Amino acid sequence: MADGATSTISLRGSVDLVQEFFEYAINSILYQRGIYPPEEFRRVAKYGLSMMVASDDGLQTYLKKILAQLKTWLEEGDVQRLVVVVTGVETNETLERWTFAVNACDTENAAPSTAGDIKAITKQIQAIIRQITASVTFLPLLDEACAFDLLVYTRKTAAVPGAWEDSDPKYIADSQEVKLRSFTTSVHSVEAAVAYKDHDA
Amino acid sequence: MSAMKALRDKNADLADLEKILNPTDVKSSVMPRWQRKALQRSDSSTSNDRFIPTRSAIDFDQAGHVMSSSENSSSSEGESDESKEARQVHADRLKAGLLDAESRVLAYKQKAPAPKAGYVNSLKVLYTAHGSQQVRKAKSTRHIPSAPSRVLDAPDLLDDYYLNLTSWGANNCVAVALGPTVYVWNAGTGAITELLTLDEGDDYVCSVSWLPGETGAGHLAVGTSAGSTELWDVAASRALRRMDGHAARVSCLAWNGHCLSSAGRDATIVHHDVRIRDHATGSCVGHQQEICGLSWSPDGTTLASGANDNCVMLWSAAQTGVRSQAPAHSLTDHTAAVKALAWSPHDRHVLASGGGTADRCIKLWNASTGINLNSVDTGSQVCALAWNPREKELLSGHGYAENQLSLWKYPAMARVKDLKGHTGRVLALCTSPDGSTVLSAGADETLRFWDCFGTAPAKKGKSRAAALSKGVVCIR
Repeated sequence: MADGATSTISLRGSVDLVQEFFEYAINSILYQRGIYPPEEFRRVAKYGLSMMVASDDGLQTYLKKILAQLKTWLEEGDVQRLVVVVTGVETNETLERWTFAVNACDTENAAPSTAGDIKAITKQIQAIIRQITASVTFLPLLDEACAFDLLVYTRKTAAVPGAWEDSDPKYIADSQEVKLRSFTTSVHSVEAAVAYKDHDA
Repeated sequence: MSAMKALRDKNADLADLEKILNPTDVKSSVMPRWQRKALQRSDSSTSNDRFIPTRSAIDFDQAGHVMSSSENSSSSEGESDESKEARQVHADRLKAGLLDAESRVLAYKQKAPAPKAGYVNSLKVLYTAHGSQQVRKAKSTRHIPSAPSRVLDAPDLLDDYYLNLTSWGANNCVAVALGPTVYVWNAGTGAITELLTLDEGDDYVCSVSWLPGETGAGHLAVGTSAGSTELWDVAASRALRRMDGHAARVSCLAWNGHCLSSAGRDATIVHHDVRIRDHATGSCVGHQQEICGLSWSPDGTTLASGANDNCVMLWSAAQTGVRSQAPAHSLTDHTAAVKALAWSPHDRHVLASGGGTADRCIKLWNASTGINLNSVDTGSQVCALAWNPREKELLSGHGYAENQLSLWKYPAMARVKDLKGHTGRVLALCTSPDGSTVLSAGADETLRFWDCFGTAPAKKGKSRAAALSKGVVCIR
């Protein structure tokens, strides 16, 4: 939610934007990588694109719970990264790791006019989503059944509810990493990257 | 005296100076160097001498921040609460960004719901690169549709085992003789034209055969019950020649380049050269009864004929100019009339022949030696045979009781598939010029088209396996 008079974005507005972006990015990854059957997705218009969002109830409730907690953490400024991990069910091996690093912007230095415009932010988010879609061209095929997991890197001092537990980072053994685009509101900046298991290695 | 006093004074002065320089009542924590060295000699394990910093263990960012933040916190007392809070948040975020080692990796305890059981990741199907990911069997069985792709109505199709009333030309046109009339159906456009009608009494057409090859496309040879063979230009709808030579009906025709061989009820085969005026160039005598099957080998060296006398005779092409030529081989294994004859497109000398009701066998021969290679009892009258031009397969048309077309794997002669649909016996089989479709003419007065030979590799887009259109088009 941007202020009407100026085009700066408040902390709350930025948190909303980032959380929404995460929601759609996670759904896109689930659809594009074929982790769930394509019939379980429906089209939604967002960011000027036609996005695929999960329509399955179980999956939606699960994502909602996680995203709600993520929002709380974002407001506190506790979130450092969100990682979507794709593991093979049989081998239990991490195949792909999508990283979204959240950084607090240095408000003093950022030029107030450029970073704050909603349109510019939407364009940047659009670019990232397009890149996620286009990533199928270089990501190796997932030829086994896969499951996904969401990891959140928070500060040590963050308040962690009981439903969350500590986990290992689930790094990939020999990985290739591709850095994707980033977007920035005037309060947060989110950088995306994907690491995948290099089959040729 | 004074010198000694001076010296004593000097000593006293020296003592005072020493007292000043080495004060004994001052406590110092710094060990004098000489003492330290002494200690070091006694305990040589530790070197307390130098301060060696370990840069890797130092977190300079943290150190700098701690130092600077302590300065900041001390100076912020005068500011308002709100900006102070914002600053705190800001500073905390900075801290969070810097202090990677201090972050926690958290995962939600409850795991995401699994996709439906049996769901296979469809990316493989969508995005797979050619060949690299899939392990394919060398020869996977292709899908052969069980139903015909098309059914044409052919009223008045004569139910006579000995006649050959259909032919599929290189111009993709099918010629069908219904009684005294010959119709031409264009398989590409679906257009039907009536080519000719025999107007003399009970005359009827006994056989039709297109001139093979691209050069002859559009020329049809027609054998009549009067014993004459006619050559027609289909495009102009005009008879080019009328050739006599038989005493009875001409029930079989076979082309070998410019040579047309006709045979029929008079048990003789006459060779016509259609280019010259005296067209009858030679004849073959050997059969005792009506000849119903006639086929030239693809290399044009041998003519195979099957007759009602249960014999298959092989005639050499070298002697076609001879009057009353004798057969090179006479094969008598069949116990019924042999109408179905087909030369293998893959092996030069292999001939397949099929016997009638009493015989029911498909026999494979080496035509150059006349040796029987294989014999298979099919259980039903064999009316026609057609080889798959691409695979090593043989298709046979049958009569009572199933009226089916059977596809056999060669050389094992294992039955691959039965194509059922005809309600009357199969009378003839014709293969399309692209080698993918077979037309079967049945005694139930229908022409059925079966896509059983697989699509030609160059024309992948044309395969119509998915949608089976059973449109019944009246040919009349």
